[in-house]
Amino acid sequence: MSGTVLYDAPGPKARRVSRTLSVVFAVVFAALLGFGVYQLWLGGAFYADRWDIFLQAGTWTGAGGLLAGLTTTLSAFVLGSLLALVVGFAFALARASKSQAVRIPATIVLEFFRGMPVLLMILFVFIVANTGAFWAVVIALGIYNGAIIGEAIRSGIAALPRGQRESGLALGLGSFQTTILIELPQSIRTMLPIIIAQLVVLLKDTALGYIVSSADLITIGRRLANFFGAGQYALSMFFVMLAIYLALNLTLSWVARFVSRQVSKPRKGGKNLDGTRTAPLQLSTQALRVQHERDETEQTPEPPRP
Amino acid sequence: MQALFENGDLWLQGMGSTLMLVAITTLIGLPFGAVLAGMRVSPVAAFRVASTIYIEVARNTPLTLVFFFMAFVLPRVGLTLDFLVGAVAALTFYTSAFFAEAVRSGINSVAVGQAEAARSVGLGFGQTMTLVILPQAIRSVVPPLINVIIALTKNTSVAMGFFVFVLTSVAQRLSNDYGNQALQIFIGIALSYLIITVPLGQLADYLEKKWRVQR
Repeated sequence: MSGTVLYDAPGPKARRVSRTLSVVFAVVFAALLGFGVYQLWLGGAFYADRWDIFLQAGTWTGAGGLLAGLTTTLSAFVLGSLLALVVGFAFALARASKSQAVRIPATIVLEFFRGMPVLLMILFVFIVANTGAFWAVVIALGIYNGAIIGEAIRSGIAALPRGQRESGLALGLGSFQTTILIELPQSIRTMLPIIIAQLVVLLKDTALGYIVSSADLITIGRRLANFFGAGQYALSMFFVMLAIYLALNLTLSWVARFVSRQVSKPRKGGKNLDGTRTAPLQLSTQALRVQHERDETEQTPEPPRP
Repeated sequence: MQALFENGDLWLQGMGSTLMLVAITTLIGLPFGAVLAGMRVSPVAAFRVASTIYIEVARNTPLTLVFFFMAFVLPRVGLTLDFLVGAVAALTFYTSAFFAEAVRSGINSVAVGQAEAARSVGLGFGQTMTLVILPQAIRSVVPPLINVIIALTKNTSVAMGFFVFVLTSVAQRLSNDYGNQALQIFIGIALSYLIITVPLGQLADYLEKKWRVQR
């Protein structure tokens, strides 16, 4: 932590105090953790007979195995993401439309979708459209996250320098063409970190499928634990599911952070006529903030909601 | 809609437990999240590491899995919670990480010069935080905190799958009883959530505009 300005680079005394605090905290924490683990051990949580089912092939493979559940979860994620991107583009275009007859209904529908819990939408698709649990999860997650992604893309378009649109129109492109060919690609580039962060949310929310009994990881895990004896395997099954979800989500979060770093790097400029480099295009968050201050009525892109 | 009006008591019950879950979770989770955020920027390495691990794990675990742990796993290791208590525990575990991140980003939004100035007049870490940084951070912290509470309001719906009767459960039960009115029932319940979230969102926007600092 050399970058912080909240406190000085510690001197010998401060280092000693900090080290003592660290050690005390670590000891107390380890003691608590050790107590918990000891209690679990007394309860038998670490005996081999609590974990042996994970060595059997039947736990993992086959129609009722964990891998099948993982496949369901991942398919829901992939299909939901694709749908979310399509819905997001549609919302972004509708919200950026010049015609009020398109813009105002799109805004109302978008606010409506963003304001309700995803689970409510899943139940709605499940009960009213009668699609089956898996597709209810896919459709509801696609629409809900699409609404949020659409809003991100739209604010990305709003944050572009005005010259982008003007030069598109000056070249003879139509209004719609300018949006599609000039503004949208740049907006997507700026907003990619927010879009991927939203996909992490989507991946987490696929777990809601459990509540409508979609055959996803948690549903299958619970079924297996009950089959082999829940008293014996509930805890170990939970840890396995937790590990799988953490691995998936942390990987995707890491990708989001990596992309965010890539995008916020200044772009290489092209060459001027005399061979010097042009200034890179202002597409950073700085540009977003400037735009925000200029345009009081517009909202800044919202950070993805938990 | 008819079905909703005929079952006003059911709706009130769902609305009541939803609001109660939001209120209790905020009351417990917000101070906890603030402590986590303080730990995350503190000079003591062990605090930083512990709080970072907690926040990363809580933010990357599906809320459904946390609920699952409270409702089905804890009883197997000998700790049976009331379903409502379990729901509060799950929501607090999950939401406090988001509260912590909101507070931390508020701390980071205070201009670097403020901390430098505080340090150069001789204030220590504790003094810098409590006298200079936090009072200024509050104004940029409150709008994101409200956004976390909005998300929390929507997340209470997950409790439905774990035997707590919230607004979403009302939609499920009524659409079973009145199959032909399912569409209206769902719209009604969605609007009920909007009654909570839209004013909160307006408040966040208002405070954000009002407290914006020119830098």
